[in-house]
Amino acid sequence: MADKVLMKGNEAIAEAAIIAGCRHYFGYPITPQTEIAAYMAKRMPKIGGTFLQAESELAAISMVYGVSSCGYRVMTSSSSPGISLKSEGLSYLAGADLPALVVNVQRGGPGLGGIQPSQSDYFQATRGGGHGDYHMIVLAPASVQEMAELTVKGFELADKYRMTSMILADGTMGQMMEPVALDLKVNPAPEKPWATTGTKLSRKHNIVNSLSLVPEELESQNFARFERYKTVEENETMYEEYMTEDAEIIIAAFGIAARVSKNAINAARREGIKVGLIRPITLWPFPKAPFARAAKTAKAMISVELSMGQMIEDVKLASECRVPVTLCNRAGGMIPSPEQVLEAIRAAAKNGGNK
Amino acid sequence: MKEIQFLFSGFGGQGILFAGKFLAYKALVEGKQLSWLPSYGPEMRGGTASCSVIIGDDPVGSPIVSHPDVLVAMNLPSLDRFESAVVPGGTIFLDSTLIGRKVNRTDVNVVAVPATKLANENGFPTLANMILVGKILAELGQFTETGVDGALAKVISAKHADMLEVNKKALKLGADYKGE
Repeated sequence: MADKVLMKGNEAIAEAAIIAGCRHYFGYPITPQTEIAAYMAKRMPKIGGTFLQAESELAAISMVYGVSSCGYRVMTSSSSPGISLKSEGLSYLAGADLPALVVNVQRGGPGLGGIQPSQSDYFQATRGGGHGDYHMIVLAPASVQEMAELTVKGFELADKYRMTSMILADGTMGQMMEPVALDLKVNPAPEKPWATTGTKLSRKHNIVNSLSLVPEELESQNFARFERYKTVEENETMYEEYMTEDAEIIIAAFGIAARVSKNAINAARREGIKVGLIRPITLWPFPKAPFARAAKTAKAMISVELSMGQMIEDVKLASECRVPVTLCNRAGGMIPSPEQVLEAIRAAAKNGGNK
Repeated sequence: MKEIQFLFSGFGGQGILFAGKFLAYKALVEGKQLSWLPSYGPEMRGGTASCSVIIGDDPVGSPIVSHPDVLVAMNLPSLDRFESAVVPGGTIFLDSTLIGRKVNRTDVNVVAVPATKLANENGFPTLANMILVGKILAELGQFTETGVDGALAKVISAKHADMLEVNKKALKLGADYKGE
């Protein structure tokens, strides 16, 4: 294994993107993800890439649309309010079936909110963000190493399925430093015969567009897109299970909430409580199977979130409401403590699943 | 090695984040598991700064330190804010030049170092932070030449290579400090 280096999560995303062959970054600064833009500003000119600080978030996502149309690996990054601004562009990318990587290092909302960590853009990310029927592949890293690895994965999946991949991180993941190994395996971008690279008078024009005024045609595009989404759901779901083998209580948590939950689980295990964690790594497609499996043996589930309770709906759907699911949360930039999660575990153990 | 959770706290400009970063790099050089998490709120634009560092043999769970084994308080507001959070049996390292009061807790160890005074007297007024870190390493029995040199080489960029020696001097001064 290569020597590990110490990096912030934001920097790891930027370096991994470069390793993945991304040579075009467009962004607009916003805390707590500004290090991504700063890193790109420093590195891109040295490797013949393009760093451009756009005049706005809308401009940045539109530049992503343009470069992706030409077949290149391209990305942008922002934090919650900035992602709302980019949402029009996210819908257009989906409508034009363009691959792209978009990073959201979430902060507390709604509105301008605060700058402390949050997971309250879960609905926005997993339901698409913009208007229309579409999905993004949503990846939720829980370490600096995963910030790097999922960035590479995000580019690969985006190219493979002609979709936007979103890294859904939060302020702690972006700001924290951990050792990271950057010997990342990268599958180079596939051929993109649809890209607008010039016909050289040897083929018909490629047209990249999201406007489709004939409803029959637009419907069939939607149908085809959702067939593709089905393949993604079947093949690309990722999750981690921690101490679930004998678990009577299942915690659902991603990102920083999963890290906090592991501390609580270790403490609860010392008290003899059989508790485990299912950590979705893809938030869309949501890992339904492990929750459906666990619902057959577990007595209760707890969704630990930095929001008012968003993923809990997917946990209930995936477990088909066979077991009670409770919420353990903080919001607005606050983070649940391991003690708070431990209390929720104790309560669930005491109630034995009876609400 | 048992996992140790550090919380560094002080004014912006005292090198709180840098001190934490140095410990993090030392852990990296020594092949340990670690996390480093800064405060990045409005406080880093003036006012208090803090950072959480966790070092151990096993992968780090939550990177947020709310109950430190080791609190490093470089000003009075930091001691006021975090004194009660230290785990029983933990240690508070404080800069006694800037903190006029005693620690109220009786179930923790207290190591008081007049770090700012020592830094001023020795001609490196900006390195009170490293004097404290030196003392921490000595108290923990983790002051090794290779670890210190390796970490300094990583945490100080080539552009500031002239700062290597003086940082090491500050670390040693802290490590050798035997009390007033």
